[in-house]
Amino acid sequence: MSDAAALPFRPYRPGTQPPSDAPEYGSTARRHPIRPLARLPGGQTATEIRAPRFDPARYPATVDIARNGSHEAMGERIIVEGRVLDEDGRGVPGAMIELWQANAAGRYNHERDQHDAPLDPHFKGIGRLFTDQDGRFRFTSIKPGSYPWRNHHNAWRPNHIHYSVFGAGFAQRLITQMYFPGDPLLALDPIFNAVPDPAARARLVAQFDLSVTEPEWALGYRFDIVLRGRGQTPFEDNDFDGEHA
Amino acid sequence: MPAATASQTIGPYWHLLEDPSWADLTRFGAKGERIALIGTVTDGDGVPVSDACVELWQASPEPSETWDGFGRAATDAEGNFRFITLKPGPVPGAPGANAPQAPHAALTLFARGLLIHLHTRAYFEGERLNDQDPLLASLDPARRATLLARHVGERDGLPAWRFDIRLQGADETVFLEV
Repeated sequence: MSDAAALPFRPYRPGTQPPSDAPEYGSTARRHPIRPLARLPGGQTATEIRAPRFDPARYPATVDIARNGSHEAMGERIIVEGRVLDEDGRGVPGAMIELWQANAAGRYNHERDQHDAPLDPHFKGIGRLFTDQDGRFRFTSIKPGSYPWRNHHNAWRPNHIHYSVFGAGFAQRLITQMYFPGDPLLALDPIFNAVPDPAARARLVAQFDLSVTEPEWALGYRFDIVLRGRGQTPFEDNDFDGEHA
Repeated sequence: MPAATASQTIGPYWHLLEDPSWADLTRFGAKGERIALIGTVTDGDGVPVSDACVELWQASPEPSETWDGFGRAATDAEGNFRFITLKPGPVPGAPGANAPQAPHAALTLFARGLLIHLHTRAYFEGERLNDQDPLLASLDPARRATLLARHVGERDGLPAWRFDIRLQGADETVFLEV
């Protein structure tokens, strides 16, 4: 098969993904597999290489999360702009992105969230987007608040927006969180810090961008998402494949 | 060259996204052998995982106007999930491989406490191709059994197949490096 779309995806680069077992994050203790993951003999198959395609007609987009009908949510209005790329820097068109977040007071519109902070009747905190031909996306929301959790004494999550991304192959499936620059809680957060590679952690933090910021309207942030690339890494033979060098 | 973005947990509040209709993969009118795929997710203490997101994806049948091949279900208070789907047929193997894989559905599991999702596969007990499937053949029999959904009668008028997922422990489900 020479069709590029039929090629398997590369392994994750060492250190760029969090482990299943992260002792500082208590909920991982009884939920992580102990046994090593099983390898697919012969590598990825149609099940991993292909993916569902979502038709926006059936999965309608919501690009303005800061608004519920004609009502504006309370909070600091933000614009987030970015691209979904693969590891070769190519845009991923038609990727479906789902978003969810807490309101400005740090509370989710979710029955299990009992944090003593106000709900905002004008904020649901969910969105769905599709990337354009170049992999670009953009949405408007409000900056989510921090909130306490019970992982350890006086534990607070840094401000974050949850992202769920479907790429062109199921092996690219990604759920992650976007953080905000300058947040003092980042250094204390066991979920963020479970990612071993500091550069990979840094890429979970959006960048403030004055060119995305709209005068008299909203602060702008830039956040790019990278999905696994297909085929061989161009420098793989030099860097990782010492046995064959 | 950028590396793939790091995964982070789906957390406990992902249900904001949930649309229960997504658990029925046949909701757009797909025709074929409809089945219920049910199961229970438990942790290393055998405690039900009541806040998991289970996603189901099948490369077979081929996508069509009435079939995306994708579904999502939340586990309930007892850790149970339930999909309605079409029973898959044989699935093409790795690029260049001639023999098809045995019929299977991919399941991915996201939950609070999972920093990165887990991949597994539900195969169907009794399928002729199971004996020749490269993944099943690579596992010892006790481990292989964790990937076989069992026919358990009917559920809502459909043939029901049970596929339990154990995150940790002696009978831990086989999870895949993808």
